[in-house]
Amino acid sequence: MIHSLFLINSSGDIFLEKHWKSVVSRSVCDYFFEAQERATEAENVPPVIPTPHHYLLSVYRHKIFFVAVIQTEVPPLFVIEFLHRVVDTFQDYFGVCSEPVIKDNVVVVYEVLEEMLDNGFPLATESNILKELIKPPTILRTVVNTITGSTNVGDQLPTGQLSVVPWRRTGVKYTNNEAYFDVIEEIDAIIDKSGSTITAEIQGVIDACVKLTGMPDLTLSFMNPRLLDDVSFHPCVRFKRWESERILSFIPPDGNFRLLSYHVSAQNLVAIPVYVKHSISFRDSSSLGRFEITVGPKQTMGKTVEGVTVASQMPRGVLNMSLTPSQGTHAFDPVTKMLSWDVGKINPQKLPSLKGTMSLQAGASKPDENPTINLQFKIQQLAISGLKVNRLDMYGEKYKPFKGIKYMTKAGKFQVRT
Amino acid sequence: MSAAPAYSEDKGGSAGPGEPEYGHDPASGGIFSSDYKRHDDLKEMLDTNKDSLKLEAMKRIVAMIARGKNASDLFPAVVKNVACKNIEDPNQLIRASALRVLSSIRVPIIVPIMMLAIKEAASDMSPYVRKTAAHAIPKLYSLDSDQKDQLIEVIEKLLADKTTLVAGSVVMAFEEVCPERIDLIHKNYRKLCNLLIDVEEWGQVVIISMLTRYARTQFLSPTQNESLLEENPEKAFYGSEEDEAKGPGSEEAAATTLPARKPYVMDPDHRLLLRNTKPLLQSRSAAVVMAVAQLYFHLAPKAEVGVIAKALVRLLRSHSEVQYVVLQNVATMSIKRRGMFEPYLKSFYIRSTDPTQIKVLKLEVLTNLANETNIPTVLREFQTYIRSMDKDFVAATIQAIGRCATNIGRVRDTCLNGLVQLLSNRDELVVAESVVVIKKLLQMQPAQHGEIIKHLAKLTDNIQVPMARASILWLIGEYCEHVPRIAPDVLRKMAKSFTAEEDIVKLQVINLAAKLYLTNSKQTKLLTQYVLSLAKYDQNYDIRDRARFTRQLIVPSEQGGALSRHAKKLFLAPKPAPVLESSFKDRDHFQLGSLSHLLNAKATGYQELPDWPEEAPDPSVRNVEVPEWTKCSSREKRKEKEKPFYSDSEGESGPTESADSDPESESESDSKSSSASGSGESSSESDNEDQDEDEEKGRSSESEQSEEEGKKRQMKKRKKVPEGQGGGSSSDEGSDSSSSSSESEMTPETEEEQVEPASWRKKAPPSSKSAPAAKEISLLDLEDFTPPSIQPVSPPAAVSTSLAADLEGLTLTDSPLAPSLLSPVSGVRKQELLHRVAGEGLAVDYTFSRQPFAGDPHMVSVHIHFSNSSDTPIKGLHVGTPKLPAGISIQEFPEIESLAPGESATAVMGINFCDSTQAANFQLCTQTRQFYVSIQPPVGELMAPVFMSENEFKKEQGKLTGMNEITEKLTLPDACRSDHIVVQKVTATANLGRVPCGTSDEYRFAGRTLTSGSLVLLTLDARPTGAAQLTVNSEKMVIGTMLVKDVVQALTQ
Repeated sequence: MIHSLFLINSSGDIFLEKHWKSVVSRSVCDYFFEAQERATEAENVPPVIPTPHHYLLSVYRHKIFFVAVIQTEVPPLFVIEFLHRVVDTFQDYFGVCSEPVIKDNVVVVYEVLEEMLDNGFPLATESNILKELIKPPTILRTVVNTITGSTNVGDQLPTGQLSVVPWRRTGVKYTNNEAYFDVIEEIDAIIDKSGSTITAEIQGVIDACVKLTGMPDLTLSFMNPRLLDDVSFHPCVRFKRWESERILSFIPPDGNFRLLSYHVSAQNLVAIPVYVKHSISFRDSSSLGRFEITVGPKQTMGKTVEGVTVASQMPRGVLNMSLTPSQGTHAFDPVTKMLSWDVGKINPQKLPSLKGTMSLQAGASKPDENPTINLQFKIQQLAISGLKVNRLDMYGEKYKPFKGIKYMTKAGKFQVRT
Repeated sequence: MSAAPAYSEDKGGSAGPGEPEYGHDPASGGIFSSDYKRHDDLKEMLDTNKDSLKLEAMKRIVAMIARGKNASDLFPAVVKNVACKNIEDPNQLIRASALRVLSSIRVPIIVPIMMLAIKEAASDMSPYVRKTAAHAIPKLYSLDSDQKDQLIEVIEKLLADKTTLVAGSVVMAFEEVCPERIDLIHKNYRKLCNLLIDVEEWGQVVIISMLTRYARTQFLSPTQNESLLEENPEKAFYGSEEDEAKGPGSEEAAATTLPARKPYVMDPDHRLLLRNTKPLLQSRSAAVVMAVAQLYFHLAPKAEVGVIAKALVRLLRSHSEVQYVVLQNVATMSIKRRGMFEPYLKSFYIRSTDPTQIKVLKLEVLTNLANETNIPTVLREFQTYIRSMDKDFVAATIQAIGRCATNIGRVRDTCLNGLVQLLSNRDELVVAESVVVIKKLLQMQPAQHGEIIKHLAKLTDNIQVPMARASILWLIGEYCEHVPRIAPDVLRKMAKSFTAEEDIVKLQVINLAAKLYLTNSKQTKLLTQYVLSLAKYDQNYDIRDRARFTRQLIVPSEQGGALSRHAKKLFLAPKPAPVLESSFKDRDHFQLGSLSHLLNAKATGYQELPDWPEEAPDPSVRNVEVPEWTKCSSREKRKEKEKPFYSDSEGESGPTESADSDPESESESDSKSSSASGSGESSSESDNEDQDEDEEKGRSSESEQSEEEGKKRQMKKRKKVPEGQGGGSSSDEGSDSSSSSSESEMTPETEEEQVEPASWRKKAPPSSKSAPAAKEISLLDLEDFTPPSIQPVSPPAAVSTSLAADLEGLTLTDSPLAPSLLSPVSGVRKQELLHRVAGEGLAVDYTFSRQPFAGDPHMVSVHIHFSNSSDTPIKGLHVGTPKLPAGISIQEFPEIESLAPGESATAVMGINFCDSTQAANFQLCTQTRQFYVSIQPPVGELMAPVFMSENEFKKEQGKLTGMNEITEKLTLPDACRSDHIVVQKVTATANLGRVPCGTSDEYRFAGRTLTSGSLVLLTLDARPTGAAQLTVNSEKMVIGTMLVKDVVQALTQ
């Protein structure tokens, strides 16, 4: 299956390679570089590149290309999914996944990779098991290791691989037993020129941070489970229980994990919490254009909209912009033509606006495209779909855990066309 | 160095093992000078079982290597000693790691050792070690492919493994070593299907894609009937040839020969696969979802494929790489099954932030999805895209508009106008692309578009993109009679700039010149000759050739060549319009989700997806060992009977309906259980109890439709509890050998029949099939779908125990107890619902069949037996307007159209009594009369048996004390003292399951109430003297009290 893995940074250096079968020469990456050159932008590099003897499958995350080399037919998603799992594991281990961090922890990285694949076939990919096998580096451990010359390889063998609940390690102990759940919903929307919604949908996830002693068995029920149209679960969730009772019943993994992601059924109308008023005009024959946008709250259920940022890719003809925001800060990058405006909170009494002029290339005709406005915002304490957790019960353990549930609504891919 | 000869002599003298002299200090010179030829005894030393000797040998080898001598021929011996030692470690993880290390050594010389180690590990006790063995197989195979035969043996052995841990890895090995040996799968097929949901994600992907291939070779195509019936209207409607050409050859062939064919019946194993993979669409892993999606696409009947759309659309939210792969597959699917993705059209709308490659793919999908109804929205969307900054994307959009215009005649003019407007776009790429597309569109109906051609002709002054120029020239040439004035002028201009043009433009100039010469030679003769002369001296030989050829053809020479007379026909022949079609067309001959599909080229190691077989191979090969008397014939008989089921229920088992109806019926009990747990929260003990209770409830509420899934769930939860395997089989518990013959026919097919009562009714008149035949079928069925039930008759019981082990990999520690676990049920008495006289000739009886009701697990299933003793047929028997106490609900039986005189019929209805003995009153209507009837259940019928171990029973009982315990003393009459009779009487009174019990004079029974799932535990402590004590523990005190009364009455009678 997966033959080798190359990590390539944005400047095109292969800074780490790992082979699970025989060694594949680095030169195989030349094909990748070729494709990269052709694609101009990193995200346009095709994820699958055929070469005469190998196939290169890559993912691009955190400005690093993870390029897997395979030799025979294998479902591409299998490899892509695995590569993403590798990135997630690194993130889990080191907090961030960046070139310097990987280089700093190269030993752990190799150890982890060695355990994740056996002869190219995934072996242990659950972070709980991996962490038992290979301890994540901490400052203290690094110091101790340097002095004593020991490694991060755990001296006890993990039992999780053998248990019925492979995602949870045994013998977990906490003094404070807590279980936190974050219900995070994202609104994906396309709003057209006139302000009407072309498409809008809500995607949600429930991320959990569970720190409970022993083997707790949790049950999470919703007030309105019918809202959830399409769901995908962490493997710990008992599917049958959900099918029959619409209850999430599971033995949680230890620590952070994504319990559930869902899609809210399309029949429900999506409340759009903000609106954007815009007037962007280029005039023929003039080298000046007018630019004005105003952001305002729409259906916010009485909550404040915060963390608002506006970003827009301006046409190539725009040389510079001189704008004044009524609040927040803005910036225009004349090279990438990217305008960004960090608005902050929306005060319904005094709507934030950004006004000014654009200087256009002299002599050139007016650009025939209008920029799209990408919006980011956050609303705390609100799940825009109206989803509510009813209760969380714990069985199997005697103590009383501390339970917490947080709701949040965010903008996902929220675009306003102008 | 002086010690050296002494040492070697010494050694030579004491060749026998076990001599203490070997313990030399390695640092002493002796070792470093030891002789080269001493390898042989080194090997021997390594092979002894004395650790000290081995250590010594190792030291000497290290020394040899240190002196640079080649010790590689000792390598296997070393490996054997070092790694193999760990292979026998008591710790399974160390054993596994040792095997992993050993198999990672890529040196041919250790092949035999590796082979041995793999074989040994394959029969290791620990599943984890067996998993590692499976992993090692491909490694060894790549090292030495001569070992294939031996490895296949190991694979075969591991395939039979029943643990989820091994399944994924061994199938992986199978795919790498011997994917062609499909015969190895037969016996394990059902097991793999059943294990699938619990296998880890990576294994799931591999297994699913293997099973897809397997199913293609073993089952018949489910679409063969539909291809005739359903595709045709669509074809006619859209008038596209697309669908026609696409179907794989065999399918088309099958369709044409269809009338001769018997109607299609889906193999139950095929159904099993579809049903067991469906929940995996909810997996978090994109790879698993995709694998299931492709399985459904390739294997499911057309009506069911739709379920995958939602899951695939969900994946579009994932990382862009995932989107890329998914969209490629969606693009292919959407050509063949357009309807599937239509509801999700908006999910494919393009955002300006999408990477270009994603945009182009989404566009592809949008174009495939466009039809008469949604084309306005799609075109409006395209209009936005055309103004995008991403020019490659704009070009792709223009192509897409062209395709929409060709596919949907209604919008052709609109599209054309839109494209013409684009001709004034400032971006040359956009204009050029538009010209190319317009050219293709015009070719379809040139006569009406003289204006557009004129407009295009004007563009030749501005457009520089060669492809666009060439297209315009071709258009003018082709339709020069529509633009008779402009055409020669264009040629004039082109002749001027001829030398500066690109090659493709030059070729088209020659073409234009020739065509004009033929139609309008008066004006263009000179121009043509000029162009041809220019071309004659062109640098490109293609152009020179073309010029020469054209000249000969059009200019009449002295010889008057035969060809030149036909020049006009040659040049100005009507040309068929090009078909603009998707590049994803026909890609589905590659297995979807595969690398080959993505690349549209066969990748190394790609396994072709076989075409469906014409005739189904023998399905009995998948039968796991069952006793002799299980014949194929009975299987076929059963198949015959199933026909109506599958054909009818296809629609019914659709995803939306079941999803919607489920929670509704559940909600009621939900609120109940939550209130129960709410009250219990104060004490942690009752919390525990709640959990168990909930779990149990979850179990009992699982309907038999998906029993094997339920079973697996339980297995997960209750691995340690051997009896757990019986839990799911409660459905079969009620099977009653003494009930009417129609019922016994019912028994074997609980699985299929209850899902579809209508089909059941068709078979209702009790056939003459003998009971043993039915029993055979029943066992087959068990082994097909349901967790095996344990029958009171001992030989089948033994069989089913072994099957149980087969299916679940559980150890049945109490197998001797198993046969007696379940009590023989004989207490199903017929009760009268409507007397012959009162019913004017219609007599109605009912029995509690004690089988779970298919539609709703909370319902008691009641068999109603009608017989017509009048002399006129009774028509339209159905249930009318029930008046029910709160909470009670009825699932009516399907209307019986007609009951001829003297005939009888049976129907099944479900009643949810809400754990009370209140009567369900309803009307029984015929066409002419209505009868008020009521069914009052004995308390014993409100429950279903559960299976638990003695310990569990005691644990549960311990929780249900105090108010929840009802005790009654009684004296057993003499006639009622044998085990058999006591058990029979109790189980006849109440639908409880027997719990194994250590002491001989104690009987334990357990059950759960149907609606709330509360436990009912019954203990009978019978002294040999006849004195006895009956205890019932139940959360439902009323039920407990009534049950005690009933049981006491039954026992003392």
